[in-house]
Amino acid sequence: MSPRAQLQLWAAQRIGAAVLALCVTVHLATMIYAVRHGLSATAILDRTRDNWGWAGFYVLFVLAVSVHAPIGMRTICGEWLGLSGRAVDVVLAALGVALAAVGLRAVWAVFAS
Amino acid sequence: MEDKIDVSVWRGTEQGEFRHYSVPRLASQTVLDVVTYIQRRLESSLAYRFACRVGMCGSCAMTVNGVARWTCRTHVEKVAPHGVLEIAPLSNLPVIRDLVCDMSSFFDKWARAEGHFHPTATRTDPIVRVQPDTPARRAADAGIECIGCAVCYASCDVVAWNADYLGPAALNRAWTLMNDERDSGGKVRLAAVSGDAGCHACHTHMSCTERCPKKIAPTAAIAGLKRATLAALLAGRL
Amino acid sequence: MLHRMSGILLTLFLPLHFWALGHALGGTAKLESFLIWTDQPLVKASEIAVVTLLAAHLAGGLRLLMLEFLAWRDWQQRLLAAAAGITVGFGLVYLLNVV
Repeated sequence: MSPRAQLQLWAAQRIGAAVLALCVTVHLATMIYAVRHGLSATAILDRTRDNWGWAGFYVLFVLAVSVHAPIGMRTICGEWLGLSGRAVDVVLAALGVALAAVGLRAVWAVFAS
Repeated sequence: MEDKIDVSVWRGTEQGEFRHYSVPRLASQTVLDVVTYIQRRLESSLAYRFACRVGMCGSCAMTVNGVARWTCRTHVEKVAPHGVLEIAPLSNLPVIRDLVCDMSSFFDKWARAEGHFHPTATRTDPIVRVQPDTPARRAADAGIECIGCAVCYASCDVVAWNADYLGPAALNRAWTLMNDERDSGGKVRLAAVSGDAGCHACHTHMSCTERCPKKIAPTAAIAGLKRATLAALLAGRL
Repeated sequence: MLHRMSGILLTLFLPLHFWALGHALGGTAKLESFLIWTDQPLVKASEIAVVTLLAAHLAGGLRLLMLEFLAWRDWQQRLLAAAAGITVGFGLVYLLNVV
């Protein structure tokens, strides 16, 4: 992989991080609010079902995390496990796609069910 | 104050062992004084480097009680209040013998980071007047006092994990040149410091900044390179 | 180090989290039954741990972004303390809310 491509990955990870910083803050606040009286499926789904705002928020959240996490893992693979090269990159790209897929499925689940 | 210091010194190459020496304790004694005493009085075959003894040349750095330091300006009193010293060669560099490391990889990386000046004028041109108070000149000044002692390089976790990583000193040098208005090598330099071996590998652990004997902040220089490379990427110049 | 470990653990937790929410596809009752399962003390404790990890990763990440992208100041060296504060803060508030 060229240094330029590596720079692009780094940039993508940091842009993902900036988006996540906002998302996670909102997410933490929502969680703390939501668990006040214990979690209930009805309460969760009442909040999310047919709500385009939350759906949009979580789609963004899932996509940002799917970009951010595999690139971080790529660095860790290289530095701690000595694993780098094309094969590792392909596996991690697959991890990103998989995360996005199950994540979007979860968003769909709480939006449409 | 104890009247003796119990000193263990690394003897050998990559393989070797610590040997113990007892050195008289003196007022205002530096770690380099201790090593010199051992070499002159106790163990004439001990290999170590020094030159200026006053913190200018950058040749006497060693690992003192687990921490990389310039030994000529490190007082025994400060690092070994109980009179026990362990002196080893710098980490992250191949050991030639005893306390002497092979510095070639360290300096080769300065070259790989385009750490040399790319001139824009010739000797026949008039001397350029550089304003000392511009932001760029201040950024260059912040990093220009580096003496190349490799304390930062030996302290860096990323260098330990990734042998290709250019390291704090080379990147700090690159950043001073990026801020030198007489230099024209910006574009090739940004390309040279990009990617997994360059500034983007830095995790901002800040060991370099904490340990630098000249109080330089390589982490700040590396952050500057990260911003400059990102700006160049977004502008399509890289 | 903490940033890295929390990052790894959070990446491992995510598929689990998504799988759990996927229960909703089977209807409210399905999700409800899962949530009842989470009421065990051990699961609750892990939840608090995950929330604290998330807060830690957020705070560590904010510190990193500030160090990398804001012009360098001496106060930035104190960000680590601020990051620790944010982490403990979020962790505690969550803890107080669930118990």
